[in-house]
Parts: sequence; structure tokens; C-alpha cells
Amino acid sequence: MSAFQAAGGFIAPTVDYAAVSPMLIVFGAALVAVLVEAFVPRAYRFTTQVGVALVGVVAALCAVAALAYRNEPLQTAGVRAAGRAFAGAVVVDGVTLFLQGSVLGLSVLAVLTMAERAVESGGAFTAQAAAVPGSPAEERSIRAGLVTSEVFPLLLFSVGGMLLFPAANDLLTMFVALEVLSLPLYLMCGLARRRRLLSQEAALKYFLLGAFSSAFFLFGAAMLYGFAGSVQLTDIAAAIAGSGDRAAVINQDGLLLLGAGLVLIGLLFKVSAAPFHSWTPDVYQGAPTPVTGFMAACTKVAAFGALLRVAYVALPSARWDWQPVLWGIAILTMAVGSVIAIVQTDVKRMLAYSSIAHAGFLLTGIIAMDKQGIGAVLFYLLAYGFATIGAFAVVTLVRDAGPEGVVGGEATHLSQWAGLGRRHPWIAGIFTLFLLAFAGIPLTSGFMGKYAVFSAAVHGGAWILALVGVLASAIAAFFYVRVIVLMYFSEPAEASSAAVVALPGTATTFAVVVAALVTVLLGVVPSPVLDLAGQASAFLP
Amino acid sequence: MPWLTLIGLIPLVGAAVIWLLQTARPADAYVDDLDEDDPAPDPGLVAAAEAAVAARARIVALVTSLITLGVAVVMAAQFDRGKAGEYQFQEKLHWIPQFGVSYALGVDGIALTMVLLSVILVPICVLAGWNEVPGRRAAHFFALTLVLETFMIGVFAARDVFLFYVFFEAMLIPVYFLIGLFGGPNRRYAAVKFLLYSLLGGLVMLVAVIALYFQGKGGPDGFLITSLTGLHFSSTLTQRLLFLGFFFAFAVKAPMWPVHTWLPDAAAEAPAGVAVLLVGVLDKVGTFGMITLCLPLFPDASRWAIPVVLVLAVISVLYGALLAIGQTDLKRLIAYTSISHFGFIVLGIFAMTSYGQSGSVLYMVNHGFSTAALFLVAGMLIARRGSAQIADYGGLQRVTPVLAGAFLVAGMSSLALPGLSSFISEFLVLVGTFTRYPVYAVVATVGIILAAVYILLTYQRMFTGPARDFSAGWRDLNAREVWVMAPLVAVIIALGFYPAPVLDVLNPAVSRTMDQVHVTDPGPTVAVQPAAEGTNP
Repeated sequence: MSAFQAAGGFIAPTVDYAAVSPMLIVFGAALVAVLVEAFVPRAYRFTTQVGVALVGVVAALCAVAALAYRNEPLQTAGVRAAGRAFAGAVVVDGVTLFLQGSVLGLSVLAVLTMAERAVESGGAFTAQAAAVPGSPAEERSIRAGLVTSEVFPLLLFSVGGMLLFPAANDLLTMFVALEVLSLPLYLMCGLARRRRLLSQEAALKYFLLGAFSSAFFLFGAAMLYGFAGSVQLTDIAAAIAGSGDRAAVINQDGLLLLGAGLVLIGLLFKVSAAPFHSWTPDVYQGAPTPVTGFMAACTKVAAFGALLRVAYVALPSARWDWQPVLWGIAILTMAVGSVIAIVQTDVKRMLAYSSIAHAGFLLTGIIAMDKQGIGAVLFYLLAYGFATIGAFAVVTLVRDAGPEGVVGGEATHLSQWAGLGRRHPWIAGIFTLFLLAFAGIPLTSGFMGKYAVFSAAVHGGAWILALVGVLASAIAAFFYVRVIVLMYFSEPAEASSAAVVALPGTATTFAVVVAALVTVLLGVVPSPVLDLAGQASAFLP
Repeated sequence: MPWLTLIGLIPLVGAAVIWLLQTARPADAYVDDLDEDDPAPDPGLVAAAEAAVAARARIVALVTSLITLGVAVVMAAQFDRGKAGEYQFQEKLHWIPQFGVSYALGVDGIALTMVLLSVILVPICVLAGWNEVPGRRAAHFFALTLVLETFMIGVFAARDVFLFYVFFEAMLIPVYFLIGLFGGPNRRYAAVKFLLYSLLGGLVMLVAVIALYFQGKGGPDGFLITSLTGLHFSSTLTQRLLFLGFFFAFAVKAPMWPVHTWLPDAAAEAPAGVAVLLVGVLDKVGTFGMITLCLPLFPDASRWAIPVVLVLAVISVLYGALLAIGQTDLKRLIAYTSISHFGFIVLGIFAMTSYGQSGSVLYMVNHGFSTAALFLVAGMLIARRGSAQIADYGGLQRVTPVLAGAFLVAGMSSLALPGLSSFISEFLVLVGTFTRYPVYAVVATVGIILAAVYILLTYQRMFTGPARDFSAGWRDLNAREVWVMAPLVAVIIALGFYPAPVLDVLNPAVSRTMDQVHVTDPGPTVAVQPAAEGTNP
């Protein structure tokens, strides 16, 4: 009998395939999409890719719905009895299901906005990603009418990572998920059809800074392993509480603090909290707008899910150590996001800073540290995600007036939006709805979300944080209102630079209308979703 | 029968109808920026189609607001005046049980009066804004006005603090667009300033609203006003902070010195009809909130705050009046007179006597009508002259005697001439204040003298003297304008001579509020030792 067998031998983990089926479906669809990219003739490739992506995401959404309906919360995909490194690597509990459902629902809209080709032939993506911007090769590929379709497998892999991220129950799985969701995003950022250099710069910047943050996360995970002797979140929690196997080493507070700090930095980078936010405006501006929408909505959902799990499952007993730090970060994030947004002149950069401010509001819900806080963050993420994806979808439609009636690139400079309300009341009206939701005006989803997180914060005793939050909201309201003023109450300085609205195809129209409907419905009848979020807001160890 | 929901819903339906009518444009007048290659449509046809849209929108708006008024009058006739201190026509549904929020409506005497004030003023404003906005944009103007009416009714009828807050904030959006889209030359600045001031006040109140819920017993009914009155707060400081959160929002709304600066800009830039709704109804939400939320929810803190609030109120009275005298712009002048009048209203509320509070609530109604008359006359003058500068007018008494008369009645009511409506309310406020705080009452009385100065001086400058060149060919009030002014003048005179029906409805509600704050009127003998009761918890 070898030493290996003496230690218990290798017991293959029994995996609950049903519980991980959403992830399996999405990863499966991604693999199919890679094959499609290789073997399907060019003429049919784009359509096939859109079909595969939509089918994959919708099927996964159905699987999530079925799991939620089954209402058996504890589904660990990996079994405790097996070796410690493997056990309970993935937890499918209420929080996971809610977040996976949100990510998948938002991804459907993201796929649709990416598939839009009615606005300009070839869509928002570069004809040939490998071609150097401005080179003859690029000229040729544009003239040949090439269409990028590899964005869909990339999207599917990224979505798969996002499904795994909030479900990961140990730090290594979480790290793998982080990389799986990030790497395709870095690539997708560089695929913009227009302003290629800006796009490539964004991709490089995102990649470099993202790599740093991943390194921080991994280093922190190693420290926590040193502290607890395990990467399992529950074991770390037990070690902190002093009741686990490694209770003897709990005096190594240095390891714990460093480890927790570094892991949190890695996660806070992903949710773009200040002072780890500086990549956000550049990347949001440079990335193709449909990708920005996807990134802003879905990454935030997944990353906040992971942050919730780390804070509530792994580190609850150490909260006296990290809560004050998060207080500071939340206040800084709200202030930086809402103040710097005021001076932005580019609509995508403005939305980027707005997303930073919203990260701050979400952090107040995490700091609350109670069940109500979890439900509030879940609801907020859903509300914010739909408004965000809708807002960026509208941005894809507002274009420079090109020569001879051909639409130009996106008119992202705010001055070009002047007078849009007069000329295109529908588009301006819907964008106004999203802006009012961001500003948290009652009868929109944003208000209910804000109310939920601030209410959780006050309940958790952090009413000062809620007060800072409302003051930041008032500042933020200023720049949202400024855009409304531009659209409705101003005339463009020179008629030639004024933006025109491209006639959207079915896909974008559907995405925008769904996002607007969700924004209104969550504001007027939030009760069912709040119920869902409330029921879902219990973590399983 | 859900009367209040019905009254709130009718304007909303009207707004939807107007909006649908404007989208259904005749095909031959179809203009779209995307089809720039198409031959330009005949401008004559376009103009005719646009005029038709505007005409339909006006008619629908007027009919809708009149139906609303009719239904409200029918409801008011069924109001049990013997029980005016209780909420009647109650409706209650769970809206967001997770937050403890109910869709709960109901009116007591005070709320009923305010609802009636709103529904009476809206048709008048629709009529006044008849030709304000030309073409297709008229549809937006009237639709927004009707949406605003729904929110105004909602905010006065809400019996749930969260629901009140939702209407309180939602109201801002239509007003913001009404000022920003249809206002004067400086409308952008005015609209943004209005929105930001109000949002800041509202957001501070939001924190207080959240914290208040956790002071209460919670549960799915936790936000009902009845669940939140008579609470035992966790500490005196908590109650005071919550009071301040609410009071700040209401003081911005009312508006009181020193958070008043948005009002002159907003009122001066808004079209006359919108200015009427803004100052006549919307700002009343501030004082309405003070008497129906601040006092009953935070009785101890309200009594604690009396000295400061009274000082601010008296400053508002004098400051508003003094600045009104110095104005050169007619609409700004009326806005500053309103700041002065709001000072009186707040003074009466926080004097904590039943005379004072009844007077204040009656003042809210009277001020609504007399300011409406002033703003609308100003609108008619500006429509003729194209300027709001007082110096641009003169000698109009001879040219347009009816217009001058209407201005005089409204102005005299504003300066509280006996026999016109404001006199009784101002008198009640001052008497009520004097019995407990004689010094404040005496100082505030100076405001009445200043009111005589600003009204009579303005009348003298604009209407007396020889007729000037610019007014040659001016016509006096036309039939539409007479229909705008006649109801207002009638109400001003009627309430001036016989306010009893309104006071009968208000008094029970006021005495209930007095009970909730644990104050009683000082007897005649104790009038010389003021504040003795006011400071005891």
C-alpha cells in the first residue's frame, strides 16, 4: 500500500452535473463556436456564431431557472470527502443562481448588441483583428468586406468565467474564473472597427493592469493559504474564527491581513473601485461600445458576486479589520466617480466614471454585513446592469453624420448630443430614462436599488456612509442632468457636427426596449424581484 | 370606490391620450431627419398639421383637467366634515412589502383642501397656457402638465411616508422639463438649479426616511404614517437628526431663507402657468410636509426646533418683502413676495397654536389663489409687451382697465386687504403667533407694511400715469383670459368674506396635529408667559 493510498487514496469527486450545467452549457457552446470559426464557410459563419451564442446563453439561462425552481440550495460540485484541494470548489447557492441568472440575462442583450450589423455593415468590430491600424492590410480587409466573428466564442468563454466567478468556493477556482473571464475581455477590447489605436491602447492597458491585479489576487491567495492551510473559503473563515484545523497558527495575523488585503485589491480592481479605478475610463472609451456595455454590466455583476462571497463567507470574522478599509474605499469611490464625471466631455468616459460611482454605492451594501445587504446588492446589480447595457446600446446608435447619408463613427463627444431630444425624441427619451435611473429618481430601477443598499447600510449602523452616498448621488445627478439639458434644452453649436441617430436593426431595438422595460418595471413593481433577491441572499458554506 | 386613485389616474390617462395623438401625424406632413433625400414636405401642410396637433392637445388637456376637477368636487361633497380630523377615502395595498411600503392613500381636512387647490388651479393653468407653446410641442407641454397634476394629487393624498417621498421626488421631473423646454431665455440655468436644489433636499430626506423606518416597528406596514406616529426614538439626538433631515427638504421646497435662491430663477423663467403650479402648489408641499409629517412624526424635536425655525421664518418674511421691493422683473418680484408669504406660513405652523396652524393652512390655499392670479396677470402682460421688466410698462390703467383691475384684486389679496382672502389667514397667523411669541408676531407684522409697499409701488409704476406709446392698439382681456381670471377673483373674494367652510374642514385636522405634538393653546391669561408650554416635553 503506497503512501498515497494510506492517506486515503484518490477518490474521484462525484460531481453534481445538474448544478454546474449552466457553466457546462456555456463552455460547451464556446467550444462549438471555436469549431464553427474553423470549419463553417465564411458566408454562413457570422450567422452561425450569433445563433450558437444565443442558444448557448439562453439554454444556460433556462438551466439556471430550472435549478432555482428545484429550490434545493446546496449543490456542491465536488465532494467534501475527496481530497481537500478538490472539495467544494464550486457552490451553487441562492446567491450564485441569482448572479448567474443576471449575467446570462444581460449576456443575451450583449450578444444582440454585438450582432447588430444594420447600423454599419460589418458591425462594430474590426474586419481583421490582426491587421495593423491604418495599414494596407487593413484597407484590403475592409474592402474585402471581412467580418469578425471570433468575438462570439470570446464572449462565451468570458460569460463562462463570469458564471464560475461568483460560484467559486476556493481561492484557486476563483482565480481560474477570474482569468477565464478576463482574458477574452482583453482581446475583445482591442477589436473596435473605428479608432483602432484607441481600442488597442485600451486592450493593452486593461491587460497590463489586469495582469497586475491578478497577481495581487494570487499572491493574496497564497498568503491566506499560509495562514489557514487551505484555500477553501470556509476553512479560511474557520481559521480566522480560531476553530479550524490550523487554529494553532492564528497568531499569524500578518499573513491574514496581507492576504485578505491583496485578495480584496484584486477584486476591487475588477469592480473598478477607487483607487484601483484608473483603467476604467480609458478602457470603457476605447473598447467597442457593445463590448463596453457587456463589460460594464456583466463584469460588475460577477466581480461583486465574488467580492460578496469572500467578504461574507471567508472573512466575516475578520470584519473589524477590513470594514474600516472598505468604508474608506467606498467613500473615495463615490467621491471620485461622481466628482470627476462632472468634467468629462465624452459620453463613454462619463458613463465609466458613473460606473465607478455606482461601485461605491454597491460597496455600501457590502459593508452592511447582513442578509439585507446581500439582497440589496443583488437587486442593485440587476437594476444597474440592465440600465448600463441599455445606455451603451443607445450610444452605439448615435453617430457622426458621414458624407452622403452614410453614418460615421459613434458621436461620443457630448457637444454632439446637443439638441438630440428635438430631432430624435425616442432615442433621447430612452437615454433620459437610463440617466434618470442612474441618478436614482423614483419610479426607476435605480431608485429602488439605491434605496435598498442605503437602507441596508443604515440598518447595519453605517448611516454616515448612506449620507455620503446621497450627497454623492446629488453630485452625480448634476452630470446626468447636464446630458439631459444638452439633449433637450440646447441646440448644437454647429449643425455639421451634430450627431444623427442610425436606424437600429431588430437586435439592438430589442435589447434597448428590454433594458428600458426592465428599468421601468423594477422601479414600479420591484416586489417580485426583491422577493427573489431576498430569498436568494443566503450563502452556503 | 377608490376616489383618490381615480382622481390621480384621470390626468395620467389624459397625458397618454395627448401623447398618442401627437405621434399619429398625418402622413403627408411626415418629417423625419433620416429621410433627408425625400423632397421637403410642403411647409404649409406641416404647419397646418402641427396646429391641429396643438389644438387637439389643448382640448384634451382642458377636458381632462375639468373632469378631474368634477370628480374631485363630487368626492369632496361626500367628505364627512364631522370627521375631518381622520383620514377618509382610504385605500391601501401592499406595494413593496420587503421595504414596508404600502400604496396607501387617504385625505384628512388639510390634504383634501390641498388636493382641491391643485385640481382647481390646473384647468386654469391649462387655459392660461393655451397659446403659450406653438405647434407640436404644445402636446409635450400639456402632457407634462397633466403628469404633474397626477403627482401633485399623489403627494397630498399619500398616507405612507415612502409613497409620499416617491411622489415628492417624481414631481421634479415634469417641472424640470416644463421649465427647461418652455421657459424664458435663462431656462437651462433655472431648470438645473431647481432640480439640483430639490434633489439635494430630497436625498437628505431619503436618509431620514430610511432611518425612520428602522426606528419604527417595521414589517410590511412599517411606512404608514399611522405606524410611525408616536414612536419612541432610540435617543433624543436621533429624533432631532431625523427631524432635521425632513425639515431641510421641506425648507428647500417651501422655500425658506437661506435655501430659497432657486425660486426666483425658476419662477421667473417658467411660463406663467407653470410658475403658478410651481409656487402655488408644489411649494406648498414643503409647508404641507412640515405640518403633516414633521410635527406628528417628531413632536419633541419639533418643539426643540421652534426658536430657530421661527427666526428663519421671520427672516424669510422680511427678506422676501425687502427683496421684492428691489426687483425690476415682475415675475421675480412675485417670487420674492412668495418667499415672504411662506415665512408667514411657517411662522404660523411653528407657533404651535391652533389659530396659527389653521391660519397657515388657510394661507396655503389663499396664497395659492392670489399668487396664481398675480402670475397669470403677469403672463398676460408679458404676452402683450414681450418683456418682464417693470420699467417697460406704464399707464396701462387707461388702456386695459380690466387687466389693471385684476392685478389690483390679486395684489390687494397678496397684501392682505380685509375682505380679500389672504387677510383672514394672515390675521389668524399673527394672532396665533402673538399669543405665544409676541415679539416674533410684532416683527412679522412689518412684513405686511412692506407688502403694501411692493404691491402698490408696482401698481403705480405699471398701471398709473399717462398712457404710453407702446400700448397703442392693446386690447383688454379677451374671453379666454377672462375665463382664466374670473374664477380666481371670485374665489379670492368669496374666501375673503366667508372662509368658514374651509376652516370647518381644516380645524379638526389641525387640532389632531396639535394633540400629536402634545401642545395646547395658551389660555388668554397665560399669553404673557410665552414658551412655557412650548419647551416642556
